[in-house]
Amino acid sequence: MSDVYVLGIDMMRFGRFPERSVADLGAQAALMALDDAGLSIQHMQALYCANLGQANAMVGQRILHQIGQTGIPVVNCANACAAGATAFREAWLSIKAGVCDLALAVGVEQMGRGLLGGDGSDAQGIPTEGLLGSRTMPAVFAEAGMEHSRLYGTSFEQFAKVSVKNHQHATRNPKAMYQMETPLDVVMGSEMIAYPNTKLMCSVNVDGAAAAVLASERKAQELGLGRAVRIKAAVLTSDPWQERDLVMADINTCTRLAAKQAYEMAGVGPEDLDLVELHDCFATAELLHYENLGLCGAGESGPFIDSGATCIGGAIPVNASGGLLSKGHPLGATGIANLYEVATHLRGEAGARQVEGARLGLTHVLGLGSACGIHILERVS
Amino acid sequence: MAEMRVVTGPLPVVPFLKVPEGGEPYLVGSVCQSCQATFLGERNVCSKCGVREQMTCQRLANTGTLHTYSIVHRSFPGVAVPYVSAVVDLQGGCAIKGNLIHIAPDPSVIRFGMPVEVIYGDALGRKDRAGNAYVSYFFQPLGQGTGRTT
Repeated sequence: MSDVYVLGIDMMRFGRFPERSVADLGAQAALMALDDAGLSIQHMQALYCANLGQANAMVGQRILHQIGQTGIPVVNCANACAAGATAFREAWLSIKAGVCDLALAVGVEQMGRGLLGGDGSDAQGIPTEGLLGSRTMPAVFAEAGMEHSRLYGTSFEQFAKVSVKNHQHATRNPKAMYQMETPLDVVMGSEMIAYPNTKLMCSVNVDGAAAAVLASERKAQELGLGRAVRIKAAVLTSDPWQERDLVMADINTCTRLAAKQAYEMAGVGPEDLDLVELHDCFATAELLHYENLGLCGAGESGPFIDSGATCIGGAIPVNASGGLLSKGHPLGATGIANLYEVATHLRGEAGARQVEGARLGLTHVLGLGSACGIHILERVS
Repeated sequence: MAEMRVVTGPLPVVPFLKVPEGGEPYLVGSVCQSCQATFLGERNVCSKCGVREQMTCQRLANTGTLHTYSIVHRSFPGVAVPYVSAVVDLQGGCAIKGNLIHIAPDPSVIRFGMPVEVIYGDALGRKDRAGNAYVSYFFQPLGQGTGRTT
């Protein structure tokens, strides 16, 4: 079966744009991706749009109201933090299915500040936050990290090193929200949010958008493969039953399942990867995903971060973009923004943070509740 | 939506907590007779194996062990911090999440696997819009407390 290609992909610099609309941000990214592909909205045969905050408000159509109302099918996707990867995969599916040759995927989000998760006042009961434990995201991902500490002795310091690394990487990424170094003592000494996650170990709430133009093999060859990137695997999973997952969302099993399927689909293994962008929504999560994605063995992620293997220049650079911890995490945009990062390295266009000779890269996102999206991209030339 | 009404006596904070009139509160769960998966609360279908109508409701144990936790220092306005958010494995099956109380919110004191017990009491004074009080469950280190939640 023929492959699907990314012809154009781009993201706006993440930041805070309260004066702009979600559709406006999405339209900007869509035009950037179309320009990158050298195509126009008139060429697009479908639009898949990821957004959570206005999931019932036709964001995809509103983007077309700004950049071109061509009558194409629009599908608005919400799938927690996997929404962007879901939209991208739906575009891939529509091309794989032979329904169209060119499709646009957009991810966009406008975020408030402050804690995500928890629960509000229930009309039929009382708020349970702080009564039945915590459902805030920093606490939920802290509990997942502490489970790893329980099994393998992973330390607060090892988790904190993730944040040191990703902030360091972001200093080389002009599209990152924050471009500042955060030494270990600063990370560990910043405000404790939910032990062991301090404030600098929590992803940054920002506004942003990213978009991609996908093409069939036939269309890509017709238009010229120049800077095209091949999609070797596109996988989406939900959470298989696990003993505790209904009271403690399981971020591991659905990631392992997706990784297994993605490596099989691509015919590669984790040892073949040149870089990874994974879902570091909290510093605790990144270490778990090293193991879930097979970058190191079970229980080895603590020593693995200690070794520097996941820094740019290491054996397998992870989150060269700065990750969600420093680049920022506009929920619906994140899944396409990390595809942009990997594609940019494969094209050799990542500037100061370029992973030299990158040929194969993996992107991973995890939507709590749960959804896992993994893509493997390959350089064409 | 049904009109809310003020009832006599406090209400259970979640459906899997039962508050019998004049008796001690207790937790209920379900066990799948086909694959033995356990769940909090009552249900008709097993989400592990998909089998229907083979779920048996059972009273859950009031003792268990601490599986994992976080010490929450930042929460929403009105929520007292710090507190320990804990996931507990109940004896005989079923995981449950709640507040671990009567222990210092300090990682050097809290031990994975430590035995805990489930105790019941007022839901931190929280009332619904109709003014109803609620009963909640809490965890405390086994044998460490008075049985009271406050």
